[in-house]
Amino acid sequence: MKALLLILSIILIAVIFVQIGRLTELSSKVRGEEGHSLRKNNATAMWLLIFMVGFLIFCIGSAWYYKDVMLAYGPNKAASVHGEQIDSLFNWTLFFTGIVFVITQVVLFYFAWKYRMKEGRVAKFFAHDNKLEVIWTLIPTVVMAFLVVQGLIVWNDTMMDVDEDDDYIEIEATGEQWLWHLRYPGADGVIGERDFRLTSGTNQLGQDWEDAANHDDFLPDKIVLPVNQKVRVRILAKDVLHNFYLPHQRVKMDAVPGTPSYFIFTPTITTEEYRQRLKGHPDWEVPSDPSDPTSDPRWKAFNFELACAELCGQGHFSMRKIVEIVSEEEYEQWMSEQTPYYIQNIRNTDADPYKGQLLDYDIKARRGELMDAFNDVRDYEDPEERIIRLKYVQFETGSARLTADSKYELNNVVDLMNEYKSMTLELGGHTDNVGDAGANQELSQARADAVQAYLTGKGVNASRLTSQGYGQNKPVDSNETDEGRANNRRTEFKIITL
Amino acid sequence: MSEVLVKNYDTEKLIKESGYDDHFHEHHHGDKYQSNFIMTYIFSMDHKIIARQFLITGMIWALIGAAMSIIFRLQLGFPDSNMAWLKPLLGKWINMDNGVGTLDPNFYYALVTMHGTIIVFMVLTAGLSGTFSNLLIPLQLGARDMASPFMNMLSYWFFFLSSVIMFYSLFIATGPFSGGWTGYPPLSALPQASDGSGAGATLWIVSLVFFVVSVLLGGVNYITTVLNLRTKGMSLWRMPLTIWAFFITAIIGLLSFPVLASAFFLLTFDRSLGTSFFLNEIVIKGQILDYAGGSPILFQHLFWFLGHPEVYIIILPAMGLTSEVLSVHARKPIFGYRAMVISILAIAFLSFIVWAHHMFMAGVNPFISNIFVIFTLIIAVPSAVKVFNWITTLYGGNIRLNTPMLFAIGFVSLFISGGLTGIFLGNSAIDIQLHDTYFVIAHFHIVMGVAAFFGMFAGIYHWYPKMFGRFMNETLGKIHFWGTMIGAYAIFWPMHYTGLAGVPRRYYKFDIFDAFGQFTELNMFITVSAAIVFGLQVLFVINFFRSIWFGRKVKSINPWGANTLEWTTPIHAGHGNWPGNLPTVHRWAYDYGKDGYEFIPQHVPVSEDESEVH
Repeated sequence: MKALLLILSIILIAVIFVQIGRLTELSSKVRGEEGHSLRKNNATAMWLLIFMVGFLIFCIGSAWYYKDVMLAYGPNKAASVHGEQIDSLFNWTLFFTGIVFVITQVVLFYFAWKYRMKEGRVAKFFAHDNKLEVIWTLIPTVVMAFLVVQGLIVWNDTMMDVDEDDDYIEIEATGEQWLWHLRYPGADGVIGERDFRLTSGTNQLGQDWEDAANHDDFLPDKIVLPVNQKVRVRILAKDVLHNFYLPHQRVKMDAVPGTPSYFIFTPTITTEEYRQRLKGHPDWEVPSDPSDPTSDPRWKAFNFELACAELCGQGHFSMRKIVEIVSEEEYEQWMSEQTPYYIQNIRNTDADPYKGQLLDYDIKARRGELMDAFNDVRDYEDPEERIIRLKYVQFETGSARLTADSKYELNNVVDLMNEYKSMTLELGGHTDNVGDAGANQELSQARADAVQAYLTGKGVNASRLTSQGYGQNKPVDSNETDEGRANNRRTEFKIITL
Repeated sequence: MSEVLVKNYDTEKLIKESGYDDHFHEHHHGDKYQSNFIMTYIFSMDHKIIARQFLITGMIWALIGAAMSIIFRLQLGFPDSNMAWLKPLLGKWINMDNGVGTLDPNFYYALVTMHGTIIVFMVLTAGLSGTFSNLLIPLQLGARDMASPFMNMLSYWFFFLSSVIMFYSLFIATGPFSGGWTGYPPLSALPQASDGSGAGATLWIVSLVFFVVSVLLGGVNYITTVLNLRTKGMSLWRMPLTIWAFFITAIIGLLSFPVLASAFFLLTFDRSLGTSFFLNEIVIKGQILDYAGGSPILFQHLFWFLGHPEVYIIILPAMGLTSEVLSVHARKPIFGYRAMVISILAIAFLSFIVWAHHMFMAGVNPFISNIFVIFTLIIAVPSAVKVFNWITTLYGGNIRLNTPMLFAIGFVSLFISGGLTGIFLGNSAIDIQLHDTYFVIAHFHIVMGVAAFFGMFAGIYHWYPKMFGRFMNETLGKIHFWGTMIGAYAIFWPMHYTGLAGVPRRYYKFDIFDAFGQFTELNMFITVSAAIVFGLQVLFVINFFRSIWFGRKVKSINPWGANTLEWTTPIHAGHGNWPGNLPTVHRWAYDYGKDGYEFIPQHVPVSEDESEVH
């Protein structure tokens, strides 16, 4: 019904217009063609002049009204080093084109009005003027040359790739329908190798787990970067074209499957500082959620954003990630909280080529664990509380022969002994309650001895070490379960003196 | 000089006595193919009928393309409104949820894609260049018809075939192609990537390949006709600027459209034969594909090798029409005729070496861009010369402000506004921020969308008496002009601001991002303006068709007092255009106001006391 009414009213309007057209045509016939058309011509000329004034007011007025949202004005200034250069180049271009715009529009409409048809006048025969034409060929040439030179300086500065000895962080962004995968290089500062053929449900980026550089890479769900730090973003896509777009930082680059691209930028302002910049602008003092007047003002809810700027299918408009620019300290803090994807999801699964093998990463982590445990208990008064379990010292089944990987843990003990020259230890062996208690006692003693032998072999003075087999007498867990029994089979050391 | 002199001449007598006798009417071969209704009006080989066929087909496409823009503007201006009322029209593309209808995002992208394809190719290439090249090249050159009327007919019918296929693709189950009018792979190559990249993309490619065939058949004809069939006395330097524009446009088309066709062939191989021209290392929806070694960027190079010249294929004819209309109705010679021709040549040449300015942010080697920045900004120089010359053409004129003239003045205004923003975008550094934002939308819609339409409207209003022997209604024409002029700026000017705020184009909605969601009122304003402007175009179409039968009749053969040869033919010119001899040419087309004479047509012999003979 609504649609019908709409159509009817449109038809009615059309009919009215057509009738107006017919009537004016008829009336012009009645009044005489010539005089009428001259009068009409004058009126049209006047309207052109009015249009020109109105148009220029509209252009300049609306630009003034919207200046706060525009590039290079108001709070929306660039948040990166090269971005400031872009904004300044924009201003120069606006300056020149603005002048040309106003002059040409004014002259165009002014001439149309000024030289409107008058009876008895013949137009001026003015077919060419070489001097004039040379002048207005040269002026744009000079202006263009200026803009080209300025533009190319900024462009080449911005697009220059990093030098090896530059101080920069490299991160990676990969577009996929319709989300961004972000990857940080982790502690080694190197982004690991990828191969698209390795892609799987648990390996969205096709990371090559044989490349150790991948082991500490982590995949956060937002971009966090320190302020005033040069960043190189490696940009890729998995399926179709995407575009890595940070509007505030003036960063934009297509993500192409199979052909990595890059963009280098240095953020100059933190998210928090940018919020302070927005604060006070009327546009930003309104509630961030229009339907909830009590929500935070927009400036408080502000975040830098990552968007997609290359059509990539039906979800193109929704590829948002938050970008946080923070201080150096906050960045370090955030980095230390991240867990590498490999460690969290791949390590020792079937997908792990190093399943069951010790990696540098583990060795380092284990050392950290032991040192932490040592630091936790070293200050206790009672030696019985100064017991540290050597979690990664293991023996071959039923024997007192150390496994190969046990040496890493024991080397840590050697380091401790070397650091604390007066420390003496008691090395303790424990078993579970399976089998004969006497045999267990013997085995635990033999194992404690083996540890002592290893340590003295590494140069620790034998007088600082005693060994004690406890057999099954000192369980720390229930012997009823597999897990409990595994806990009870252990090697420990006790700090006797420090 | 206060007294207006009128040159006394008798066209009929002049042509009869001093015209060129090509023995055309002794052969009677020409009348064979206009013997019945079908041969006269459908499979016609007469360039004037073919021109009208291009025009009317183009107008139908323009209405479809514009209506599509209204639907997606509704989505952008009123994203939360209930679109259930569009269900009878759009069917399953309106998703219903508790009685509230929303536009399917897939269909949104299909609309955007089809809008671009239709307006760029079907309307502004075929509808504009096809119409006026066909109408004016033989008439203004004093030729009986095109060099090959049969090829000319084929040109239209390939366009028709292309149109039918494109139109059909709107109705298939998976929807029309939705990967953007630029059709970048891998999105356009992989049906998994988007619904529209299946059958929709196939039809889109097939349609455009036929379109290329149409353009080439037309172009070869235009070039041959201009080079070979000029009447006696019509040297190249005496040709009206319209002909120069059509001639150069045809050359550009002939050199660039085949490259588009080759890009489409390679794309088709990738789509159906498993080749990897444009595809490399793709994992889509968890599926690892076999493609290796291709480059999606290669397609962009091929596409824009056509795509950039294409914008000049669109704008040069509009410039030509504008030049002619400005000169005729200002009653003045076009200022700097030779500079205008040289500008056209310079623009045409440069148009082939700037294509990668569409690709500054495409992941190409950034240092390649240096050269494209330089050439791109050089184009501003011939463009500026043209603008200054148009403005100076008005200076000292005796201007008739009728509808065609208003549209021509509007063209210049729009070309300035849209051209200047090109200086921002052509500078790669600024393009980092503005690329693929609404600033680009504003720029190209003003400079080659609306401006080209204005050139076309100027042409239609001006040559309507030649095409149909009647005038279009002047009042409706003025309403059409003012509404469109004000409305077009109201639609596209504010888009500069959203673009400068960084809002990307091709977004189904903006509220997911804090940075882009702040223009709710502005988007409503744009949508309402667009709807009004669309209404005015409907009014234009009504005026157009009504005037065919009810318009004011043309009483004299040269109603505008113009100098060019099309106004020496009878009001209803038959096949062969001139009933007897061909007119011969004695001067250039711009002797307006010379020696006190209001105008001296090209076929009038030079008298001894004339100053400045061109």
